[in-house]
Amino acid sequence: MSEVFNKLVSKVKSQDFDEEILIRVGYGASGQAAGSIKVYDWLTNNFKSKGEIRLVGALGLSYLEPIVDIKIKGKPRVLFSNVDVEKIQKITDEYINNQNYLKEYAFAQILQDGEELLDNIPELKNFVPFKYQKRIATRNFGEINPESFDEYILTGGYKSLDKALNSLTPENVLEEVKNSGLRGRGGAAFSTGIKWSFLAGNNAPIKYVLCNCEEGDPGAFNDKGILENDPHTLLEGLIIAGYATKSSHGHIFIRQGHNIPIENARKAVKDAYDNGLLGKNILNSGFDFEVEVSLTGDSYVAGEETALMEAIEGKRSMPRFRPPFPAQAGLWGKPSNINNVKTLSYVPWIIENGANEFKKIGTEKSSGTAIICLSGHINNKGMYEIPFGITIKDLLEKVGGGSSTGKGIKLLQTGGPLGGVLGKEAFDVVMDFEEMAKAGAILGSGGIIVGDQNVDVVDLIRNLVAFNQFESCGKCFPCRLGNTHMLDILDRACNEKSIKGDLDVVKKIGENMKVGSLCGHGQLGYNPISSALKFFDQEFIDKMTTFTIRDEKSKIPKMILPTRTRP
Amino acid sequence: MNTNSKNNNLRSDIREILNSENKKSSKESSPPKTVTVLSCLLSVQDNFHYIPDEAIEEIADFMDKTINDVWGVASFYTNFRFSPPGSYSLDICWGPTCHISGAQEILRGIHKKLGIDTETETKDGKISLGYSTCLGACAQAPVYAIDHHLIGNASVENIMDTIKELK
Repeated sequence: MSEVFNKLVSKVKSQDFDEEILIRVGYGASGQAAGSIKVYDWLTNNFKSKGEIRLVGALGLSYLEPIVDIKIKGKPRVLFSNVDVEKIQKITDEYINNQNYLKEYAFAQILQDGEELLDNIPELKNFVPFKYQKRIATRNFGEINPESFDEYILTGGYKSLDKALNSLTPENVLEEVKNSGLRGRGGAAFSTGIKWSFLAGNNAPIKYVLCNCEEGDPGAFNDKGILENDPHTLLEGLIIAGYATKSSHGHIFIRQGHNIPIENARKAVKDAYDNGLLGKNILNSGFDFEVEVSLTGDSYVAGEETALMEAIEGKRSMPRFRPPFPAQAGLWGKPSNINNVKTLSYVPWIIENGANEFKKIGTEKSSGTAIICLSGHINNKGMYEIPFGITIKDLLEKVGGGSSTGKGIKLLQTGGPLGGVLGKEAFDVVMDFEEMAKAGAILGSGGIIVGDQNVDVVDLIRNLVAFNQFESCGKCFPCRLGNTHMLDILDRACNEKSIKGDLDVVKKIGENMKVGSLCGHGQLGYNPISSALKFFDQEFIDKMTTFTIRDEKSKIPKMILPTRTRP
Repeated sequence: MNTNSKNNNLRSDIREILNSENKKSSKESSPPKTVTVLSCLLSVQDNFHYIPDEAIEEIADFMDKTINDVWGVASFYTNFRFSPPGSYSLDICWGPTCHISGAQEILRGIHKKLGIDTETETKDGKISLGYSTCLGACAQAPVYAIDHHLIGNASVENIMDTIKELK
């Protein structure tokens, strides 16, 4: 440990963190939507004099939100689920005043050294579905206050940055990341180390590393999740990426309106500046690095790497023609590199524990973990960090706890609106990048939407195509017009009646979009339909080869869609 | 107040916002800030909750761009609006998770209750209805948001109850 960093850590450690009673209330997007702020308000109004109350990030167990975590000195932390104002009154009365933990409300406990286990409540590490996780990028979720620099330092934060800057060369760091087998988690799954080496090989004085948290994929909330829960892990990864690629500037790129991630990112960057972890001569190593939080307007395509640069430059976020590639001329014409939030969040752990430890997790070609967001008709909705190699069946049954509607699971929608649909025949597939792609879907950013037997596949696909149509930037006409036509045809299939040849036309449009579009939005736009045809072709045939006008009962009404489309 | 001086006031307010954009970037030892057409538009909308015509001209002037350049950006991003919004924004998600959880039925029900049939303001100016592609709390689907505050497990009834509680 370098002297400067040692000083910083001892300064943080010298403060008194030992509260008599500490109550943590989960406050991510999920907690907020479940109503945790009401519980927090009640606690601050009625309980503030008796203990410390904090808003923290979420554990990922979204289906149990709002989660309240109570720590009384000398006892384990007890976690209570689905807490509302009525419950919190009972919990504070019974547990804090009378030491009687209510086992009907408590679902898990976290034990620290020397504490005695409470009866009848499982430890969190053994709690299903929590126990299937290997938490690397999400290791601090629910543990620390996301706004607190000090708490991050106390969990060993920025140790990897100090190690990289003061005892490794940029080449060593790059080699380590390359050897770890880390691959991009934004969707393309390209080797992170190799991607970095493109930029590192360019000797320009000003170079950019960009962190992409645009995250427009419906069904995925893990990028925002990392910023909501632990922004410093990401920032540490970004600075290390800057060091390994010998870059001068970094940007964290977030969509406007997502207020918690934006505020957390800004606070983290400011704290890092204040503590000498950003700016000139970081930790006395001679390395200079500046980071800025940039916002974009609402545009899904802004998540594409060259469109993202256009957005940071303040223009319409439309993809650029390649070459030149970003590593040659990217943001403001300078060499640039883009990584997803999740990708960068693995980096501190890899530097601390070594490439080999990371390679041990997961499968041969997909090392490490996937951060999965489960939503839809499944019991244990939430965000889980699961090692690659689990079968989809186990993911649904063991982690997900099976169907929540009792009607049985019919399909998964993975990889966002440009990903695909998987039917029952694919449930034995092992979760890794290659196997998922072979099955017809992609893992993409990790969003998995589960549909039960009642879900109408054509209607679901219509929703995805409607999203793609709405979000097409309009630059390439195969994407702009193709999506519009496909939506028309699917609307017809769901609603009134199909026209002879509709199914063939869809296939033709899809093939043309693949070859005629500049970026993934058009190239992958046919994916949802092609993958759905693989598993559910009969449903398409039934709907699209019926040329009689539908009766009212079988009609699925026309979709209500936004009117503010791009001119 | 006549329209002319009202207009001048609006313009000076906009200029003040734009100038403070620039100040942030010149402060030393704080995070750098890149000022662009887009960042100016976002600041104006943050303050006024819509983009007045005057702002387009002021931003063009401030950034040394044409009015066309600024309109091009403003009309591209779907979060920008060009007329004053209602007192509260109501965003209902129509992403796939919410879709299979009944978002379309909720949208239809809310249309009926509010007496509107598209993304627009209610007659009394209380609510601006918007459809969101994803609010990011899929685990609590269907989701809606009042003034960007997320609320899960939506139904026509509980959305209407929430609206009634708004003053």
